[in-house]
Amino acid sequence: MIETAKVHKHAVVIGGGLLGLEAANGLKLRGMDVTVVHLGPWLLERQLDEVAGKMLQKSLEDKGLKFLLQKQTEMLVKGESGRVAAVRFKDGMTIPADLVVMAAGIRPNYALAEKSGIYCNRGIVVNDTMQTYDPKVYAVGECVTHRGIAYGLVAPLFEQAKVAANHLAGYGIGRYTGSVTSTKLKVTGIDLFSAGDFMGGEGTEEILLNDPYGGVYKKLVIKDNKLVGGVMYGDTADGPWYFQLLKDGRDIHDIRDSLIFGQSLVGDVGHAGNSKAAAMADSAEVCGCNGVTKGTIVKAIKEKGLFTLDEVKKHTKAASSCGSCAGLVEQILASTIGGAYTPAASDSKPMCGCTEHSHAKVRKLINDEHLTSKEAVFAELGWTTPNGCEKCRPAINYYLISTWPHEAKDDAQSRFINERAHANIQKDGTYSVVPRMWGGLTTPAELRAIADAAEKYKVPTVKVTGGQRIDLLGIKKEDLPGIWADLNAAGMVSGHAYGKSIRTVKTCVGAEHCRFGTQLAMDMGVKLEKMLFDMYAPHKVKLAVSGCPRNCAEAGIKDVGVIGVDSGYELYVGGNGFLQLYRLEGWYLERTCHWLERVGLDYVKGKIVEDEDGRKALYAALRKALKDAKDPWATSREAEAIKQFIPIKLEA
Amino acid sequence: MNWKLICKLEEIPQLGSRVVHWPERGKIAVFRTSDDEVFALHDKCPHKGGPLSQGIVHGKRVTCPLHGWNIGLDDGQAVAPDVGGCKKFEVKVENGLVLIAE
Ligand SMILES: Cc1cc2nc3c(=O)[nH]c(=O)nc-3n(C[C@H](O)[C@H](O)[C@H](O)COP(=O)(O)OP(=O)(O)OC[C@H]3O[C@@H](n4cnc5c(N)ncnc54)[C@H](O)[C@@H]3O)c2cc1C
Ligand code: HEM
Ligand code: SF4
Ligand code: FES
Repeated sequence: MIETAKVHKHAVVIGGGLLGLEAANGLKLRGMDVTVVHLGPWLLERQLDEVAGKMLQKSLEDKGLKFLLQKQTEMLVKGESGRVAAVRFKDGMTIPADLVVMAAGIRPNYALAEKSGIYCNRGIVVNDTMQTYDPKVYAVGECVTHRGIAYGLVAPLFEQAKVAANHLAGYGIGRYTGSVTSTKLKVTGIDLFSAGDFMGGEGTEEILLNDPYGGVYKKLVIKDNKLVGGVMYGDTADGPWYFQLLKDGRDIHDIRDSLIFGQSLVGDVGHAGNSKAAAMADSAEVCGCNGVTKGTIVKAIKEKGLFTLDEVKKHTKAASSCGSCAGLVEQILASTIGGAYTPAASDSKPMCGCTEHSHAKVRKLINDEHLTSKEAVFAELGWTTPNGCEKCRPAINYYLISTWPHEAKDDAQSRFINERAHANIQKDGTYSVVPRMWGGLTTPAELRAIADAAEKYKVPTVKVTGGQRIDLLGIKKEDLPGIWADLNAAGMVSGHAYGKSIRTVKTCVGAEHCRFGTQLAMDMGVKLEKMLFDMYAPHKVKLAVSGCPRNCAEAGIKDVGVIGVDSGYELYVGGNGFLQLYRLEGWYLERTCHWLERVGLDYVKGKIVEDEDGRKALYAALRKALKDAKDPWATSREAEAIKQFIPIKLEA
Repeated sequence: MNWKLICKLEEIPQLGSRVVHWPERGKIAVFRTSDDEVFALHDKCPHKGGPLSQGIVHGKRVTCPLHGWNIGLDDGQAVAPDVGGCKKFEVKVENGLVLIAE
């Protein structure tokens, strides 16, 4: 085709689908005069609705392509030289052609299967396990028909292959139930995205945004308060986000009024889901922890053929430290590989490379089957590694001890070093020690004890943290038990500044001292912090209490915030039982904000505000889980536990 | 080969480690797997020198606590796509005692 483009003029592309348009664009760029002939009423009628199809046609016409719609080809006319000279249509019209490209759809070649007596119907027919009518034969790919559909994109085929592999390996679990596909056109300068049931119809509602002048069109199709499909033209930055909502089946009723404007208007949490991926410059830094630019990520994806977030993490290190750019990296992945990218529903993403099972599945099993050890989980769910990895072990340990408190045994070797050593590891291998100051309150005696300990152990750095307490940094591991003993003796306990756990309750001085105070902020802060002492959670949890709406304790940006007002208290977000719901339903390493974004505020309100019995039960369960909490700094000094702090010394 | 006694096997937790200070050779991390195999590596991650002894042990690997590189216990090499390695020491278990080669 490239050779022909150099010496001939007229190209005719038959078929205005994805491949046809990409081919037509390519030939046009190589200088040919291109006409696209299409049978349907508008372009890409399987991917776009009429409005978007017309917009696409207009912008391709502006690039110089010509279109003949609803035209049926009758024959290719042979010229004197023996090659094609023209294309004639049913209505008698004829146009010149030196090159004809047929892109009129795929037809799988299943002759081999059919000859072998395997039932075929526009493809090799398979069931949900990818088995054909001959039980000894499995089939995957473009050649199969599953529930009446043949897929022509790689993403669904990957899903099929996974299921088939699972059955071939004799695991006997996993079903392929069909794929919702999304489409992106690879013609530069034209952004379009579509997914799911974008036409709508009986029982569906539509939200439209149409700016023909600005070249932007968005349509979202909603059914029973859930997103079931959408088309976007001109501005597709939010495509992957909509696609995720669709796959998750997330109830969108609480974000409906701003849904069409995209994720940033719905409420962007951190930079977890920035929808700027496509527009970012290659030099822009994506991962601030490891200094990885967009260009580096795109290059790795293209050159190494990466398809999943996990692969990108491993190869580029982006999103592999604090993880806050994971959403952005996922979007870069989506915009780089286009239709080949299919996010799994959030609750079915595998936990890690050791298993196919998701956090949701593992936790449910731990609860339903009353599992109380990691070994039981590994055995029950067919883990592929002997004892998991650094990703799944801490998660499973948390699920076990949060589901079966006082019953499942906490496994120290499944905890990250910080939670094993009850101090934060620093870049040089030393540790930092943060004693608890309930509600940010301290006394001269405590300060004196901290100062003494700092001098005795030659602490190089003493710093006041944002959590209203004092951090002693640069302590050798073998000195930890000693410094703890001194702090314990002065009445201080661990501040859990190292844990996926309750950290601090920040307070303002409140009605105790402040002339504006309406409620006792310090008093409430201390009570809350004492109540939640030693509470482990999916991620760190920070609270704050302010005495009046001036909000000096910055309560609005905490996991749970309390602001005193004259008539009582305002909660942002919170309530009895709220933290327990998070502890039981948030996935490991998912902070409250991301959990809330995933399940929706309405869901949580239903469980806490509207369900009095449920709320009380959650609160009681939290109290029960936290009863008899002991100071880990004291228990770590007991005979067996102290060993890890003591190095073995060999004689020279 | 001469062997030097480190400690009893039971003094290293399964899927855990102990740090050994050896004046001539520096800090050594001694690991015990779930099936009681024992390995010893220089306690210095090939990435930025993190203390491998403090990592999570799984299979025959340890994950460095600083930035999450995985290091093979049996060869001291970083697991792909990371590249690098650290020194490995010969160790063995005899009659419940852990010994290291001098
Ligand atoms: C030009 C073009 C662009 C595309 N762009 C995209 C895109 O951007 N994104 C996307 O998701 N999808 C795209 N696709 C679709 C995607 O490439 C296909 O859906 C996918 O490759 C199908 O995979 P498969 O394994 O089922 O079949 P194939 O990739 O066709 O593999 C079938 C293999 O079987 C071999 N074979 C056939 N018969 C026999 C036999 N009797 N014995 C042994 N071997 C045999 C063939 O040689 C071939 O290697 C594109 C397709 C085309 C043609
Ligand atoms: C791995 C990543 C992180 C680690 C290890 C970490 C660790 C810490 C520690 C030890 C403290 C002191 C807490 C205390 O006094 O108890 C702290 C405080 C704080 N951190 Fe982080 N942090 C991390 C990521 C973040 C991120 C991503 C943000 C913001 C987006 C953040 C915002 C804060 C704030 C605002 C405080 C002050 C808290 C307060 O006032 O209560 N941290 N962090
Ligand atoms: S939040 Fe209100 S009560 Fe608290 S210190 Fe500020 S002004 Fe005073
Ligand atoms: S020092 Fe070990 S991973 Fe960076």
